[in-house]
Amino acid sequence: MRTDELIIEAGRAERHYWKDLWRYRELFYFLAWRDILVRYKQTVIGLAWALIRPFVTMVVFVVVFSKLAKLPSEGVPYPILVFAALLPWQFFSSAFSGAGDSLISNAGMISKVYFPRLVIPTSAVIVSFVDFLISGIILVGLMLWYGFAPDWRIVTLPLFIIIAFAAAMGAGLWIAALNVKFRDFRYIIPFVVQFGLYVSPVGFSSAIIPEQWRLLYSLNPMVGVIDGFRWAILGGNSQLYLPGFLLSLFLVLVILVTGIVYFRKTEKTFADVI
Amino acid sequence: MSPVIAVENLSKKYVIGHQKQERYTALRDVLANGAKRFTYKLIHHFAAPENDPTHEEFWALKDISFDIQQGDRVGIIGRNGAGKSTLLKILSRITEPTTGKVKIKGRVASLLEVGTGFHPELTGRENIFLNGAILGMSNAEIRKKFDEMVAFAEVEKFLDTPVKRYSSGMYVRLAFAVAAHLEPEILVVDEVLAVGDAEFQKKCLGKMSEVGSEGRTVLFVSHNMNAIEQLCKAAMLLDRGEIRHFSADVREVVKEYLFGTHGGRTVGHWLNSGGEFSNPWFKPLKFQITDEQGNGIVMPVRNDQEIWVTLEAEITELDPALTIGYAIYTDDGTPLYWSYQTDEAEHKWPRLEKGTCTLRSKIPSRLFNEGDYRLELLGGLHYREWLFEPGKSVPSITLQIRGGLSDSPYWMVRRPGILAPALGWEVAR
Repeated sequence: MRTDELIIEAGRAERHYWKDLWRYRELFYFLAWRDILVRYKQTVIGLAWALIRPFVTMVVFVVVFSKLAKLPSEGVPYPILVFAALLPWQFFSSAFSGAGDSLISNAGMISKVYFPRLVIPTSAVIVSFVDFLISGIILVGLMLWYGFAPDWRIVTLPLFIIIAFAAAMGAGLWIAALNVKFRDFRYIIPFVVQFGLYVSPVGFSSAIIPEQWRLLYSLNPMVGVIDGFRWAILGGNSQLYLPGFLLSLFLVLVILVTGIVYFRKTEKTFADVI
Repeated sequence: MSPVIAVENLSKKYVIGHQKQERYTALRDVLANGAKRFTYKLIHHFAAPENDPTHEEFWALKDISFDIQQGDRVGIIGRNGAGKSTLLKILSRITEPTTGKVKIKGRVASLLEVGTGFHPELTGRENIFLNGAILGMSNAEIRKKFDEMVAFAEVEKFLDTPVKRYSSGMYVRLAFAVAAHLEPEILVVDEVLAVGDAEFQKKCLGKMSEVGSEGRTVLFVSHNMNAIEQLCKAAMLLDRGEIRHFSADVREVVKEYLFGTHGGRTVGHWLNSGGEFSNPWFKPLKFQITDEQGNGIVMPVRNDQEIWVTLEAEITELDPALTIGYAIYTDDGTPLYWSYQTDEAEHKWPRLEKGTCTLRSKIPSRLFNEGDYRLELLGGLHYREWLFEPGKSVPSITLQIRGGLSDSPYWMVRRPGILAPALGWEVAR
């Protein structure tokens, strides 16, 4: 028989929590696998949806911002400029809304079985990450089409992917925990996702922002993430505005850490209020 | 030996909002209440904080302590809202206690509701893996027991069908199969037997006693007293968040629960309050269910108990046509039979005498099923007139039968049907 003893007490931080999280590591995989499997069941074109949506968005953005608004393109084909930003943005927005709803839609599990609750929003982020990888195919396709070769900076891309992941996790944990208690956030989520698309440099380069406003603009953590992606993918002319990037990076870390702390603090009451 | 589960002064408080239907808080209310409180503080500087009238505290568990040893099978009984499910939820770490402490040795698996996390779009095979992972099994563990689970659930042919196309019976079987193969040190079970057909319930009970005999600890919440009596070595009676009775004498605890449930409302007898139901022939004084000695029985009775329908009456006028008896109905009003003192051959009829007279008739043990029955007093002059006509306002009593269904290990739960006789079988030669 196992000798390790578990003590349940009010307000006690469990020593076993991170160990438990590790023990339930397969659950991350299973929940993400379930969501991916279920998402495209009974659809005709299945996974192609993960390609069509970003592609169409990209086409619209190119038409609006490049052809109509005639915005500068940093010397690269405009579709690639847009898509390099659309990738992290779509990842962030779908992870954010997915994680936000994840606890509510798994309410049955939460009120019936114990497992580290962190698994649920994390799995939702993983699902979005898989979509992100799939739509990455489009970027590769665009590069081949335009004969665009990235330079050495492309190898730093994983670093920026990690930052994007951290941003999505942090914001996702906040919204998931808040949504359990205050269902108001159900209405805030789509608003943030829609609004965020306009205040983030997705359809245009952040280089067009006047110099004196750029630091202020970087208060939006996605600005740093998107600029980082562009810097790594487009190479050459693309410049990284360092103070702004560091500010964004700092904010991402703050959001992630406070998100985990807040989630851990409230997760014990989830079963009571959900 | 130190206990596997040690509970010390455990309490759990819920705050119930009176105005809102939903359990979650709207941000608007938090902001509004915050503003209200703020202005209140501004105005009444030193006043004590006001009690919020829209919220009421509710203690689901009040300062309970107990120990459970390894290998014990403990039944937890109590009315709805007694705190049974809250206790199990705390033990399985779904919710945290308000105060107090629990020490647990070993892995706890809870079967609070089978099929948790099942997704209707996924196939049986996929759901086994998913559900297993949710319940804390590793992939390797699930693979090892996969065939066993499938065989237990009897769904071999439908493994690759989405569970949304399953019958509800198949669904429950599959769900229970996954949970039953968990092999934790401590198994916590809540009312799994409320679902599934009788056949499957038997299988579940068998599996649970198997788990218990392997030296694992089982906590079992059920409203099924037969299952509790058959499966558990000890029982705990919870009442409004407190432990009323915790003892190894399961039958005693069950009895206390059943009697307490209907306490104060003795439905087993009817008493004439005075001049009611007078007629020239006889006046009923007392109409009740008694034991052999004529003592009134508090409902419910066990089914293995012989009971007597007893009528005490003041007979004022003898008439050869006088018939006295009772009619018995199920709780939905279906008549089961009528019985009169004149039903047998004439020489066997009881001789009535003027004055106070007690008439009685035996209901054999294990004739009816578990349930509630209504008995009406009947009376009349044969082919002349009714004195107590069935369905009219006549003295009536309720007979409640709970438990004692059979002595067989295979018959623990209520079977369908009005009758539940334990009949003998033999091999014909």
